[in-house]
Amino acid sequence: MSDTEKPSSAETTPASPDQSAEAPVSTAGKAERGQIRREQRKVLLTSPAFIIGSLIVGFWLLAAAFPTLLTTFGPKEFVPAGARSEPFDETWLGTDASGWDVYTRLIFGARPVLIVAPLATACAIVVGTFLGLIMGYYRGWVDEVLSRILEALLSIPVILMAILVVVTFGNSRPVIIATIGLLFVPAITRTIRSAAIAEADLDYVTSAKMRGESGLFIVAREILPNVVPLVVVELTVRLGYAIFTYATLAFLGQTGGNATDADWGLDVSQNFNQIVNDRWWPSIFPAAAIATLVIGVNLIADSIDKALKS
Amino acid sequence: MLRFIIRRLLLALVTLAILLLIITAIPNLAPGDPARKIAGGTASPERLEQVREDLGLNDSVLTQLGDTVTAVATLDFGTTASGLPVTDVLRTSLWNSFKLVLLSLIVIVPLSILGGMAAAYKKDTWIDRTIVNVGLAFAAIPDFVAGVFLLAFLGVPFEFFKVQANAPGEGPLTQVQHLLLPVLAVLMVYFGYLARITRAGTINALDADYTRTAFMRGLSTGAVFRSHVARNALQPTVAVLGTQLGYLFGGMVALETVFTYPGVGKLIIDAVNGAEYPLLRGGVLAVAVIYMLATLTADLVIAYMNPRARTSLGDS
Repeated sequence: MSDTEKPSSAETTPASPDQSAEAPVSTAGKAERGQIRREQRKVLLTSPAFIIGSLIVGFWLLAAAFPTLLTTFGPKEFVPAGARSEPFDETWLGTDASGWDVYTRLIFGARPVLIVAPLATACAIVVGTFLGLIMGYYRGWVDEVLSRILEALLSIPVILMAILVVVTFGNSRPVIIATIGLLFVPAITRTIRSAAIAEADLDYVTSAKMRGESGLFIVAREILPNVVPLVVVELTVRLGYAIFTYATLAFLGQTGGNATDADWGLDVSQNFNQIVNDRWWPSIFPAAAIATLVIGVNLIADSIDKALKS
Repeated sequence: MLRFIIRRLLLALVTLAILLLIITAIPNLAPGDPARKIAGGTASPERLEQVREDLGLNDSVLTQLGDTVTAVATLDFGTTASGLPVTDVLRTSLWNSFKLVLLSLIVIVPLSILGGMAAAYKKDTWIDRTIVNVGLAFAAIPDFVAGVFLLAFLGVPFEFFKVQANAPGEGPLTQVQHLLLPVLAVLMVYFGYLARITRAGTINALDADYTRTAFMRGLSTGAVFRSHVARNALQPTVAVLGTQLGYLFGGMVALETVFTYPGVGKLIIDAVNGAEYPLLRGGVLAVAVIYMLATLTADLVIAYMNPRARTSLGDS
């Protein structure tokens, strides 16, 4: 969706690593590249957006990995405060209609989304980068056919297609991961493909061809290293969308499991009806958790993008 | 131009064919017996057989595919479980979705374009940074999350905002009032996205030679924007609007659920949960067709705005 501002840094910043107009063969060129990478890392690590984003995402990762470190209750344990207790009173974030602690369920609810979203993104990145490189380097009929198939995948809104696929193949976790991954392939492919087309015209590719290297070697060892920065940006951006998509599927009750499981999207769907009765906390806090996680990931994505262009 | 339109229509047909395949396959592949879901757990074997027969599940997949094609060609998708014609139910939902989309566009498009142009004109000032960052933060949030926030912090405390988006049989103004919260949620999700694209387009147009010439000729800022910048800057915005229109029509499943609004997204998710396959078929196809028409229209509008795009689109 958001690949409109293509990193067209070639003209604006002369010292960008993915613009290898001259073949990176000399040792001086390599040292310079290392220098640039180091400077970019410094820009990234000192950017406030990156630090805040990492803190938010780090907290939720900790919650997903070791929930018992952050809370003493279980996600389906009746707490002493009783049901429908207000937040900031006996418990931190109140209790829901079942008498479960909202804060505890937030901590335990981080796990499903942080299992599904990264795995789905990883699948999408691997397949998307591979297809994008192949299509961009070889062009021709392979490119044509794959382009049409990928276009067909996006012929209806992503969330609808996700629902259809999940309904068809059952809502087990592997299916959900594969579905979200598959639906993100077209966007990644498009970005990598246009980058690969640009790279394929450069001198270093021509010289590799003249050395008689195989197409696979050129794609994997010559072009791929030069589009890695782009892949990293795509990875973080898509991770945000994967969280978005999983949360929406959970909210719509399409992620399987039990409706009482601790899962942010599910918790919102189970409790938002009570907002009109002035009991907002069992749904607003999980909704806020989703929001913080996506915003955190987006802050990281944005600062990486900026650092690479700096 | 004509060649371009024909090419695009042919591509749309291919996509439609793939979709028809998927839709026909769903009831055959989906886990669990669809007939049991529809007829209920206590239904007699004869009743189950009857439902299966009605759904055409006893036929071969090829026959079913033929039935789907016939259904599309004749615009007759059969009846729902409660006996209503699918076409009628679908028409009501589409009309509801149309109202929501139209109102959303009326609010969002001018605001985002103005916001994006202001950000570009005041580039690198606090105005620019506020518009871009606030927009980005909101755009990252899922629509239903924005929806429940608005429900809790506007819908409940203020009598003016209605928590139910549907106001059946009321006058247009009341209906608009009921639709305000979902429209605000859509605004939150789309403003940053559209504004950022408009901003990028405007920055490019402001840098262009023709803009500098226009300013040097002594034209006012407003005149330059109207007659030189807007036409060129808005092409990416129009392209994105085309795709987003399709998303607005069918992708608001979760938002329509939050505000119990009977649009086409809600229809599809209800059809999925109730195993109402004829309804699902009609809904998905309607969304797909609208989506394709919207993208096609956007391409044509861009071709109209920029004659140079006409030739390049033809062989893209």
